[in-house]
Formats: sequence, structure tokens, C-alpha cells
Amino acid sequence: MSDLVCENLSMTFANPQTGVKIEALKDINFSLKRGELLSVLGPSGCGKTTLLNMIAGFLNPTAGKMSLGGNLIEGPGVERGMVFQQGALFEWLTVSKNVDFGLRMKKTPESESSKLVEKWLDIVGLQGFGDTPTYQLSGGMQQRVALARCLVNGPDVILMDEPLGALDALTREKMQSLILKLWKETGKTIIIITHSVEEALLLGERLFVMAPRPGRIHKEYNLPFAGKGLTKSLRDIKHDSYFGEVREEILTMIWDMEEEIMGGV
Amino acid sequence: MFSWLSEERGSIAAVIIVTLLLCLVISIIIGLKQTSYRAKDEVFGDPERTLGGWYWTLTGISSILLLWFYFSWGMARAFFPETGNELCQAAKIDTAIAPITAALPINSRYFKSTTLTRRNLEQLEILEKKLPADVYDKAEQEKLLKIILQSKQIIEIFSNPKNQSSDSIRAFETIQDGFRELSKTLRFGYEGLIPHPEALTQPKWGTDLTEIPLLPTTPRGVLLDKTSQDAKLLTKIFLKTRNNSAAADALIKTTKEMINNIKKSNESSDFEEDILSKRSAYVKAVERIFRRLDDGTIFPPSALDNLSNSVNDFFLAIAETRGSLNIIDRILVPGDGVVKSKTQCTEQGSGRWLPKPTDVIATFVKLANPDIEGGGGYKGSTLLWWKWIQIADILAFFIPDSLIDLFPGDYGRHSETGVFQPNFKDKALALAQGDIYLGAVPMLDGHIWDSLFRVIVALGLGIGLGVPLGIYMGISRFFKSFFDPIIELYRPVPPLAWAPLILTIFGIQDDGKIFLLFMVAFAIMVISARTGASGTQLSKIRASHSLGASDRQILRYVILPNAMPEILTGIRISIGVCWGTLVAAEMLAGTTGIGFIENVARVVSNYELIWVTILIMGLLGLAFDILMRWAIVKTIPWRGKG
Repeated sequence: MSDLVCENLSMTFANPQTGVKIEALKDINFSLKRGELLSVLGPSGCGKTTLLNMIAGFLNPTAGKMSLGGNLIEGPGVERGMVFQQGALFEWLTVSKNVDFGLRMKKTPESESSKLVEKWLDIVGLQGFGDTPTYQLSGGMQQRVALARCLVNGPDVILMDEPLGALDALTREKMQSLILKLWKETGKTIIIITHSVEEALLLGERLFVMAPRPGRIHKEYNLPFAGKGLTKSLRDIKHDSYFGEVREEILTMIWDMEEEIMGGV
Repeated sequence: MFSWLSEERGSIAAVIIVTLLLCLVISIIIGLKQTSYRAKDEVFGDPERTLGGWYWTLTGISSILLLWFYFSWGMARAFFPETGNELCQAAKIDTAIAPITAALPINSRYFKSTTLTRRNLEQLEILEKKLPADVYDKAEQEKLLKIILQSKQIIEIFSNPKNQSSDSIRAFETIQDGFRELSKTLRFGYEGLIPHPEALTQPKWGTDLTEIPLLPTTPRGVLLDKTSQDAKLLTKIFLKTRNNSAAADALIKTTKEMINNIKKSNESSDFEEDILSKRSAYVKAVERIFRRLDDGTIFPPSALDNLSNSVNDFFLAIAETRGSLNIIDRILVPGDGVVKSKTQCTEQGSGRWLPKPTDVIATFVKLANPDIEGGGGYKGSTLLWWKWIQIADILAFFIPDSLIDLFPGDYGRHSETGVFQPNFKDKALALAQGDIYLGAVPMLDGHIWDSLFRVIVALGLGIGLGVPLGIYMGISRFFKSFFDPIIELYRPVPPLAWAPLILTIFGIQDDGKIFLLFMVAFAIMVISARTGASGTQLSKIRASHSLGASDRQILRYVILPNAMPEILTGIRISIGVCWGTLVAAEMLAGTTGIGFIENVARVVSNYELIWVTILIMGLLGLAFDILMRWAIVKTIPWRGKG
């Protein structure tokens, strides 16, 4: 039982100068089964990142509660790994030292940790890069290191905050395949936030489209593409007629929301 | 050991100058060649050009060194080593006949008599108009006017050729004959003249504290020196010559009496204070002009014509004798030339305040010589060397005597047989006072080390205390807000403004300077560590939390390394500021250190020493910076590549 359950989650920010309160999230309810891949879409300001930060334990909700496998979430923890948009790597450490970071904090014996690090570097496709300083890596490789650094700790849930947002199209596609492969092989629960509708459709087994003011789940989809992506080429999936249909629907939905915010152009 | 360097500076300089000239020419030729072929594949403004070229560096260095040699008269000394001595002999003549030239229109436009006449008459006119009618009565006013009139008459008598004293006419004739004789001797030449043996044993130009050897070392110098001595006798006669005639004497006498009468009446009567001061001020002004007249130094307009001609001819003769020396003087001795003052000759102008490069090297070698008894070092310490220091002394530095007082028991006493047997407590005290031998360790020594030591200790303390505080200020609201006012209040004060206070409190020894430098380094380190710590990306901190790091681990493994670039930059800035502050603090007070040497050198006007210290400071500062830049590249290679 390591389901992720969120009940009546609300988050209200108060501007310290004006005292004006903003409802970033209101009454979020969902539960995620172990091994599900959820992608979250939405216009800017709809509280996607706030939701993720709350699950990671960086923010405390003003109301409601979250639990993972029955345990209440009250702060950051190793069982919830996080991957950031820019990698957030430690540039003073080499690739393998970065991956090793969590193990070192746990004081894992060197003999054990070096094997684990090797293994995960192999899985993300960075064999032979162990001694390279991270500032010499390309953006895609940095994200691979970030993934390995997160996975080596054996988290139950992996939270990804726009992990591929800063990559070029080709690298992005490769990374999408990698994420699907890791998901399949490890069976981890994954929540991925993205701005790209295609990416959300390709990766998400489930998909939330969120709406702003107050931040809420606007619509939920259950999609077949992530499963297909494990065997079929991602590009072929994009030509699927259902894929195109859902994409158009979601794009229109988000477009309308944006227009509402902007007051129409 | 290095006496050859001291004696042969001239020849060494000559070798260096020729080498520099060769370097200059060759590097310019290479540079021009390189430029012409690089011009083909570089456009104007190509950033590649900032890479420079070694040949232009060489050109620059050679030029600046050659300019240094030139303006410090190093070239003159290297290639014409006798120049200084000969110029000194010529300077002796200028000094010897200075009073005569001053009376003639040689260095000025007018005869001195003309200048005196003009100025005194002008001032007498002014006095006549400004006669204070309110403080002197009618009779006195008339008297004063008469004094002024008589003063004018005295000038008139002096200026009249008929009244010129026969003594003075005869004296001038003697002097002008003397000059003719001297000119003739000069024109006869200096072949066969032999320098005094003693002159040849003098230290060479620039090798001793006397910059230029005083006694003539060349035949030409001997002639010029001899001439200066004879000319001195003529000057003596000239200075004694007075234009006194009977008519002038009589008038001077009566005028003097009249002035004294008025002064006497001022003293005896009871005038009010402001009236009295006005009366005496006026009579004093009148007397001042009269005093300029009564010594008889005004002569008729054409009385000095013949003398003037003969002196002019004498100068021509000197110029002929100087011959090639004139050209060297004009081309290779920029500045004011050589002057004789009292018992020595000195270089003037750039030759004086810009020491010759070889002199600077020789001074540096002498300073760096660790053999203090053999004349090396400066003020009892060399520049940089090593010495043995007692381990006991180091221990004694750290163990306070008062700690031993706290030990149980009493200090020992002498016994009834008059013997003192130290007990345990006595021995402990001896340790605390460094009185026992525990072996010795080698330690650096010298002025440079003293300065370095102060910087290193202060920097160590500043980093050790400043970085932790700065890091905590970067992550804690309390630390930030609590310490910010204290640091921001003292930091903007220029370090030297603290110096007088700190040096008074802590004394002029190392403690005061170290504390002053510590204050400087501490503030810089706190601020840079704070900036570095507070600049840690939130995502890195959050990632570390998710990876299971504790607060302490985040501080040690994330925030500290993340602040390293700022900390290292802080250290680099601290070193620079500390070094500058230290040198100034050493100038204010102290007995060792580079700044101390420069301050003493300033007091005794030892320009070589001043330049040596400036060069040492510059080179050490450069060395620090190179070291720090290297350290920065080695420790934080990711800087600017994130």
C-alpha cells in the first residue's frame, strides 16, 4: 500500500506587504496508485508547482492532508525524490559524486554505494562519465545525472518539475523515452509537470488539466499512450487520431483559460 | 661578497644598456614583421588581438628600462664615468663666483645696482605719499620728508661716476685682471696636469653615500678645480668692495641720526598704543630702505662694464675647457645638472630622485644580504632569510604566566644553606617564561617575512572567524539582522582611519597591526561569505532535502561549497586591502617591515631605498594576486561555466 493520497488540499498565500490572500490551490482531491504515471498540465499560475512542492514536503498546505503509503507527509523525505527543471546539480562535485550525494548523507559504506552509483549511471546512459565535472555536461546529460541522483536513493515517488523544459526537441524525445523506460523498469510512481501538451499525453497514464483562480483540477483523463510508448516509437503515437483529438481538446481548454486570465486579446 | 657589484656598477649598467638596446631593436623588427603578416587575417577590433605578442611586451619593457636609465643619468654614468666628477668641478666655479655673477646681468637682465636703485626709489615715492599726517605733527612730518629726500640723494651720489670711491675702482680693476688671468690659464689647456693621488682613491660615482666624488680625478677636472679656488679669492675681494665716498658718508651719517631721533621720541613719549604702532611702523619702513643704501653696494651705471666683459669672457673660456663635457651634459644629463653645496656635489632633478637601476639593484642586494654584521640588511634585519627559534619561546607565547600561579602549592624558597632548588611549580613557570631549552625549529626571518607574517596571521583570523559568521548571516534572519549593523558601521571607515586608535590601544608591535588588518579582512570575509551563502539556489537546497541531507549536512556539503567562489574572491580582495593597509600602518609605527624601511628611507632622503621598497611591494602584491588567481582556477573551476 504505497498509494499517494491527497485530501481537500488547499494552499493560500498572503502577500506580506498588502495582506491580500491568493488561493493557489483549493480542495484538491486525488489518489495515485503505486506505479502510476501522472502528468499535470495547466496554464501558468494554476498551482502545478505548488502542488508538487507540497507533495515533496517543501510547503505545508493551509488545509487538508497528504499521505504516502499511509504515512502523513509533513516535510521533505527520501521516499519522495525530486527532479528540477535545471537539474540543480552540485557543480563542485563530479557526476558520480553527485549521484552518490544521497548515499553519502546516509553514510552508506563506500563499497556498496560505488556499485549502486555505477549501476544507475549505466541505466541512465552515462557509463564512463563518472569523473566528469557536471559543468562540462550538456543539458540532457545533466538531467540524466539528476534522474540517477534521485533514483539511487530508491524513492517510492518521483516528482518532476518540468524536467525537460530546457532541452532541445531531439534530446527531449530521447529523455521522454528514458523516463518511460525507467517507469516501466522500476515501477515507481511518477508525477511529471509539463508545459507541453504532447509530452503530457505521451507520458501520462493519467493526466490532470488544472485551472487557475483558485487552482483546481479542471479535468482528468486516463490515457493509453504511455503504455504504447514502451513498445512503439513516440513519433508514431503522435500520428494516432485519438492522440490528435485529445491534444486539440486540451489545447482549446488551456487556450480558453489563458484568454480568461488575460481578458481576451 | 658583492663588492664587485658595488664598484663596477657603471660597467654593469653599460652591458645592460647595450643588451636593452639590442632587445629593443630586435623586438621592434620582429613585431613589425608579425604585424605585417597578421594584418592579412585579422580585421580591426579582432578580439584575438588582446592576446598580445611577446615582442611588443619586450619592446615595452626595454623602452621603460632605457628611459629609466636615461632619466636617472645611468647612461651618462655607464659610458662616461668621469662626467659626474668633472661636472662637479665646473659646479665649484659657479658656486665660487656666485656673488659676482649676481651683481652682473649674467643670470638676470639688469645690473644689481640698477635693480636696487629702481626698487628703492619706487618704495621711497610710496612712503612719501603715505606719510601718516594724523600721528606725526608738522615738525616731525617735515623731518621725515627730509629723511626720504636725503635717501634719494644718497642714491644719486652713489650713481654719479664722479663720486665713485677710488678703492672700488681699483678693486674692480684687480678683479677683472684676475679673471683675464684665469681665462688665459683655462685657454692654455690642461695637458700635463695630474690629479692628486688621494683623488684617485675616492669611491666611484654613486658607490658611496657621497653621490659624486668631490676631488678632481681628470686633468680637465684639476684645471677647473684650480680655477674655482682662484676665483674664490676674487670673490672675496669683490664682497669687500664698497662704494663709499666722503659726500655719501656725511649724508648717511646725518640721515641715520635723524631716524634715530624720531625712534627715540617714539619710545620716550606716552602715545596711545595704536598711535604708537602706526608711528613706529612708518619709521621702521623708512629705516628699512635706508639700511639697504648705507652699505654702499650701488655703483655708477658703467662702473662694472669692464668687469662684466671679463667675466663673460671667463665663462666662454670655461665652456671651451668643458668642450665635450657640454655635449654630455646637455644630452645625457637631463634635469638640473650637478650642483655644489657645502662639502659635496649632488645630482639635481631627475638624477636625484630617480636612482639609477644598477644602484637600485645594488641597494636591493645589500638589503637582501643576510650577513647583518657584514653590512647587509637594514636596521638589524635582512629582507627574507631564516633563523632558529626556540620551541620554548613559542610555548611561552601561548602559556600565560598567571596560569602557573593557579597551580597548587607555593613557589620554592632558598634553603638555609643559601641554595635555591626549584620545585615543580618553579619549573612550570620557567616553561611559561620560555627559560628552558626544548630544541629549536627553523623559522623565516627578515623585513619581508615580518610584513607577510602580519598579513598571514590577520588573514587567517579574518577567514577563520569571518567565514563562519558570514555563512550563518547568509542563512539565518537572526544572525543577519543582529550582526549587520555592527559590521556595516565599522566597515566603511577607511582602515587607516582606525590605525591611530588601534595602534594606541594595542601598541606599535605586531599585535596592533595584526588587529587592524584583522578588522579589514574580517569585514570583507563576512560580507563575501554571506553573499556566497545567501546566493545558494533554492532548488539545490530543496534537492538536498529530498536526498535526505540533514540541516548540518546541507550547511557543510551544499552551502559552504556553493559559497566558495565568493569566499575566494573575498580572500583575494582581503589580501590586496590588507597589504596596502599594512604598509601604511608600518609607516605610522613599528621597527620592522617593508613600510618601516620606506618610512626611514623617506626621512633620510634615501631615494634608492624608497624605490627598492616600492618595487618589493609591487612584486609581492603581484605574487599574491597570481597565487590567488591560480588558487581560484584550481579550486573553483566551474566558476562562470554553470
